[in-house]
Amino acid sequence: MANAENDTTAATETMTVREAIREGLREELQADESVMLYGQDEEDGESFEVTAGLYDEFGGKRIRNTPISEAAQVGAAVGASATGTRPVVELSFADFIGVCFDQIMNQAAKTHYMFGGEVEVPLVLRATEGGGVSAAAQHSGTVHTLVAHLPGIKVAAPSTPAAAKGLIKESIRSQDPVMFFENKTIYERSGEVPTDSSVTVPIGEASIERPGEDVTVVATQRLLGEAMSVADQLDGDISVEVIDPRTLYPLDTETILDSVSETGTLVIADESPMSYGFHAEAISRVVEDGFFSLDAPPQRVGVPDTPIPFAPNMEHEILPDADDIERAVRRVR
Amino acid sequence: MVSVDTCTVDGRKEALRRMLLAREFEDTVQKQFADGEIPGFVHLSQGQEAVAVGACGALTDDDYITSTHRAHGHGIAKGLDPDRMLAELYGKEAGYCRGKGGSMHVAALDEGMLGAQPIVGASAPLAVGAGVTSQHNDEGWISLAFIGDGAVTEGQVHESFNLAATWGLPVVFLIENNRYSEGMVFEEQHNIENLSDMAASYGMEGFTIDGQNVETVYETVAEARDRAVSGDGPTLIEAKTYRYRGHFEGDQQPYRTEEEIEEWRSERDPIDNFTEKLLENDEITESEIDELREEVEAEMEASLEFARNADPADLDAAYEDVFVKSVPEIEHHREHVAREEPNWGAY
Repeated sequence: MANAENDTTAATETMTVREAIREGLREELQADESVMLYGQDEEDGESFEVTAGLYDEFGGKRIRNTPISEAAQVGAAVGASATGTRPVVELSFADFIGVCFDQIMNQAAKTHYMFGGEVEVPLVLRATEGGGVSAAAQHSGTVHTLVAHLPGIKVAAPSTPAAAKGLIKESIRSQDPVMFFENKTIYERSGEVPTDSSVTVPIGEASIERPGEDVTVVATQRLLGEAMSVADQLDGDISVEVIDPRTLYPLDTETILDSVSETGTLVIADESPMSYGFHAEAISRVVEDGFFSLDAPPQRVGVPDTPIPFAPNMEHEILPDADDIERAVRRVR
Repeated sequence: MVSVDTCTVDGRKEALRRMLLAREFEDTVQKQFADGEIPGFVHLSQGQEAVAVGACGALTDDDYITSTHRAHGHGIAKGLDPDRMLAELYGKEAGYCRGKGGSMHVAALDEGMLGAQPIVGASAPLAVGAGVTSQHNDEGWISLAFIGDGAVTEGQVHESFNLAATWGLPVVFLIENNRYSEGMVFEEQHNIENLSDMAASYGMEGFTIDGQNVETVYETVAEARDRAVSGDGPTLIEAKTYRYRGHFEGDQQPYRTEEEIEEWRSERDPIDNFTEKLLENDEITESEIDELREEVEAEMEASLEFARNADPADLDAAYEDVFVKSVPEIEHHREHVAREEPNWGAY
């Protein structure tokens, strides 16, 4: 467990999630010649301009465009990482993992195990997910639980600029394959980020973003911001503890259990469909190891098992938001 | 390791020895599988030895190969240890994958085996990725992907052709066309006669060759390797060959006749024909051939003893190597499954 307040003496600067990811990539490109970025429109900075400027800085050998070939991109990342390169592959919209799922599930995730530890695949797959921009069903999904379910691959889903930078750096340095999910609606979220390039966020370490005593809310990505605003609103009435898990697999169960042992309540807010997902996993762990800490049934806040619709009013209806979190908090309180 | 440069007499003899060893390995697996000693299922490659030995012979120790579900011959040809290969098939700790892989998975980085991939077509992008590393680091080695005729109908293979070609990667794609993708005959799978015709679509050099002739395979791959290391990009080679056994051991093979198999065995066997040629050219004697055969038989007998007597797979290893840096979840689940008391929670 890390506390957002520790390290207050270290110098920080304000930056957005987009800038934080870019800065993390830049530092690792500078630090290690074997790191390379490739994907569609990588040389132009990608669809969401996360890597803008890196081509000019590092050149075409390190930053490369690929044809639209997700299967080959990910399959090649396995071969490249197994032989000494550290590829960071951008897959654009996370919904597209359907066209390279074999390479994620059967190659990236299983290679180290099925070859008895002989081969290591230190690769990073980046993809952007999340609804809220009227991009409809195939460009708005939150699919990270699909990947978190696969033995052999780690999953990061940062919510804050500090976590985004620290985790992209840690993901690149990891000897294990990591899938790094970026929510497309929080690229402009800003916050304080350590300037020291040696600072990273360990994979498998949650952050208590706001301490509280009455209700534990575990919130990811966009919903972390919503949870923080709910906590602000309820301040003086209900004391809400907000935890950002930061990585979904491995998951920092201990931080969540410790919090529930104090509050006796649990709300999981994550934009993935609610059935068979992150919500279920986090609640299972608390039920399994902290059953008698619970004073109320744990609550899920997420997408009600539908694809994401296009029309803004329909999309708003489907996507979880602060109101949903607040109602869940009041139900357990 | 002795060179397989088939332009020299010694190289030709070594090529013969390796083909004999690959055949003996497969014959041994066939027998022990039938006897119930080898679990799971196996895909054998008798009849395809000239492709494996000719291709791997043209590579250096630094070059990588990627392979398919029919990988035993490639492993032998690349210089993997038959003891450890067979131990893996027996599910033993001494196997290349500590018993986690079996017949369909083998990787040995020091010997240049980057991985056998039984997901059809997966060997192609894996080799492309190795090519990325070689090009990125200017390392001078190449990668060769063995792919089957059945893999050529997979999308990821075409994506790999295109990526390798557009990036000019040092890769050789070697299609082993053994005429059957599982049970479907070549003419029904493809609407063209020579798969190397596809090379033109990607701006690659393409060659269709006799995969039963080890010298032809060697020379074609050696030239492709030269192009790759010279920065001239990938090559697509189709080697026409034939497998004597079914898709898997136990395959009833309703899709072909005994006569067809017998015709290939008697007229186009890569080992018999090559042996005859060496005899005709007085490059080898009958007694030398007998010695070679005895030598590989003895080697496989020793490998069989090794595999049979090796320690069984270590149960702790079943929980290891999911990650390089492990996660608490796996040990947690292991403990929970094994617990005898209910868990009332430690928190």
